[in-house]
Amino acid sequence: MKSRHKKLALIGGALAVIGIIAALVLNALNSNIALYISPTDVAAGKAPQGKLFRIGGMVKEGSVAREADGVTVRFVVTDTEKDITVNYKGILPDLFKEGKGVVAQGKLTDAGTFAATEVLAKHDENYMPPEAAKAVSDAHARAAEKKATDGAATPTKPTASY
Amino acid sequence: MIPELGHFALILAALVAAVLGTLPLIGAHTRRMAWVALARPAATAIALLITFSFACLTQAFVANDFSVAYVANHSNSLLPIQYRIAGVWGGHEGSLLLWILMLSWWAFLVAMLSRHLPDAMVARVLGTLGLVAFGFLLFILLTSNPFERMLPGAEEGRDLNPLLQDPGLIIHPPLLYMGYVGFSVAYAFAVAALLSGQLDAAWARWSRPWTTAAWIFLTLGIAMGSWWAYYELGWGGWWFWDPVENASFMPWLAGTALIHSLAVTEKRGSFKNWTVLLAISAFSLSLLGTFLVRSGVLTSVHAFATDPTRGVFILIFLVAVIGSSLALFAWRAPKVGLGGRFGLVSRESALLTNNVLLVVACATVLLGTLYPLLIDALGAGKISVGPPYFNAVFVPVMIPILFLIGVGPFARWKEASIPEIARALKWALAAGIIVAVALPLIYGQWSALTALGLFFAGWIVASGVLNFAERVRQTRAGRSIVATAFSQPRSFVGMHIAHIGVAVFVVGVTMVSSFQDEKDVKLAPGESVDVAGYHFTFHGVKAVEGPNYVAAQGVFDLSVDGKFVRKMNPEKRNYHSSAMPMTEAAIDAGLLRDVYVSLGEPIDRDKPEGEWAVRVYYKPFVDWIWGGCVLMALGGLLAMLDRRYRVRSRAAAIVPAGSQQA
Repeated sequence: MKSRHKKLALIGGALAVIGIIAALVLNALNSNIALYISPTDVAAGKAPQGKLFRIGGMVKEGSVAREADGVTVRFVVTDTEKDITVNYKGILPDLFKEGKGVVAQGKLTDAGTFAATEVLAKHDENYMPPEAAKAVSDAHARAAEKKATDGAATPTKPTASY
Repeated sequence: MIPELGHFALILAALVAAVLGTLPLIGAHTRRMAWVALARPAATAIALLITFSFACLTQAFVANDFSVAYVANHSNSLLPIQYRIAGVWGGHEGSLLLWILMLSWWAFLVAMLSRHLPDAMVARVLGTLGLVAFGFLLFILLTSNPFERMLPGAEEGRDLNPLLQDPGLIIHPPLLYMGYVGFSVAYAFAVAALLSGQLDAAWARWSRPWTTAAWIFLTLGIAMGSWWAYYELGWGGWWFWDPVENASFMPWLAGTALIHSLAVTEKRGSFKNWTVLLAISAFSLSLLGTFLVRSGVLTSVHAFATDPTRGVFILIFLVAVIGSSLALFAWRAPKVGLGGRFGLVSRESALLTNNVLLVVACATVLLGTLYPLLIDALGAGKISVGPPYFNAVFVPVMIPILFLIGVGPFARWKEASIPEIARALKWALAAGIIVAVALPLIYGQWSALTALGLFFAGWIVASGVLNFAERVRQTRAGRSIVATAFSQPRSFVGMHIAHIGVAVFVVGVTMVSSFQDEKDVKLAPGESVDVAGYHFTFHGVKAVEGPNYVAAQGVFDLSVDGKFVRKMNPEKRNYHSSAMPMTEAAIDAGLLRDVYVSLGEPIDRDKPEGEWAVRVYYKPFVDWIWGGCVLMALGGLLAMLDRRYRVRSRAAAIVPAGSQQA
């Protein structure tokens, strides 16, 4: 084999390998991304059906309940505006607590509840997962905006009631 | 008073680092020997100052000085003494101080152990380290001062995060940081080579043991972190593809590529540019790791409450380091030259392929880690990339590497012959197939991936043994076999031990992912659960008291085939200072399997004497994962201690060593 042929073979081989790897990587990336969707967006029907995604928010106070088998847990995740019921079978992480932030990964069921395959733990009780924080602060922002428009609308109310 | 002294020492260290980062570099360029001679004393001074500063912070922890904000936030008077000391690096500020402490020690070691190097080279290496140290000291002083006082001081500290109150904290961060920071030495050698234009076999020989040393620490640090997560987090996993784990894994991949490429540069004078680029990459990835951990941009189990200005500072630092070194590379690399030619089938080719694959693996991990950040920055929503992505890309890239581990040592430099390699390796092939068929049969379940993993383990071990035997035969020259075997160069033995470590690791990963079993169940006292033939009987919980916590301790009897094996006592701890409970798993570790129990929660919160949610695991061969890492590190240690690195004269170091095999 001449050295030029050798070089061509090398370059061709390298390109083929890189092509295969790139295809592999992009395919894997595409099928393994989980979107974050807030409870409000889930309520608005923006969640994908039959595909994994993540929700973030707060665990609603007093909402954690156990099924009879003792290891299936039901709780409500809220962004203070909309709620979603989550079912999870397994042991919850230590830092899971009512009134605290949580991130869960899973799928939407036909009944409109969220079947979680994973409830994410964190290392520090003062740390709030950014996704949970964002869901709640977005909801607060919307609430404030609504309040502002409601406030502006109040004076016109008497006229409307006539 | 003592914290102020520590703070003052840090400021002084920053000033000395500014001197070290400029004068010796300029001196080496303009041949001013007086300036060049500053490098060693300056490096020594920095090491002394930072060690003193670190000791001051440790003293504040030991003496419970809660007027120092950092101590008040990360310690407590009830905290046992070993965690008060380890608590020094239990938070952001202190871990940065540990980072810079490690850097100053590395620089000091270079200053001490480089008597045989030319002075100008030493000045350039230490000067580069001085610049890095200056950047980090500035970062600490401007954004993360651990000595900051609180007025008035706190009565009592807020305590160390309970998760960190574990022997793991004492060992894991220092090992990991030694590794991370150690790559700065390889980086400094690369920059020095670019500056001087001297990049030859002698240069590779100087920089090789340092790189290997950093790699050993990083290997052990990652393994230790993985083991810690396994027993502490209570989920029984050993690797989660968490962004912060990835952040430590990327420099490891680049570093592994680097130690192999350095071998070629030392033996054959080839791959010079590539080696330099890898050294720059390994350190840049270490910095990127620091950025990812410390900026809080990613959701991770390691993420703590953060301050955005810190992220911005590290990002600027990162851009400055990567930008300037790549610019230097682009400017100087063409002068470095390409080195010797080699055939399509040769050891160089094998190592080049290994390098390309490791870099590809590193790039895929980088892509998966940064992709959520990228999408978020583009405003396209928040996403997460899960473990399935990493498994799907990483495993296929590793398969050819495992294959090449067997082939590489048999391939000759420059030009090798395929039939010769195939003849030498036919028994390794047979051994791999036997292991791949036999082991799954014992465990009663066969799958392609299991067989593949076990095949490569058998293949690597057998090829290593064959290669060693062949070398003993060739170098025997009338001596006894045992004497010849023991007189092989350490680097050669080290290489094979490290490769066998990879095989051991692969066995662990394959077996645990194929045959592990787990159950989450509700157990009342007196009830029992079986997993993989292990029988756990629950006898309720009892209250126990620790130094700074109270715990509900589960009492389990473990038995196999009706025979009692041992008691197991997992705990659910409540630390006085924290509202959150902590799980301590009970593990019965063994050579061939671990069994693992952890307590979930009481089914009825008000009745802890009643039923509990319990998780039990059976983990075959899981300890082989960390055992393999220890073997890799041991192999690295042997290679690093090879005689030829202790040759004093430069002349001897330049003799081409093509005859040597390792």
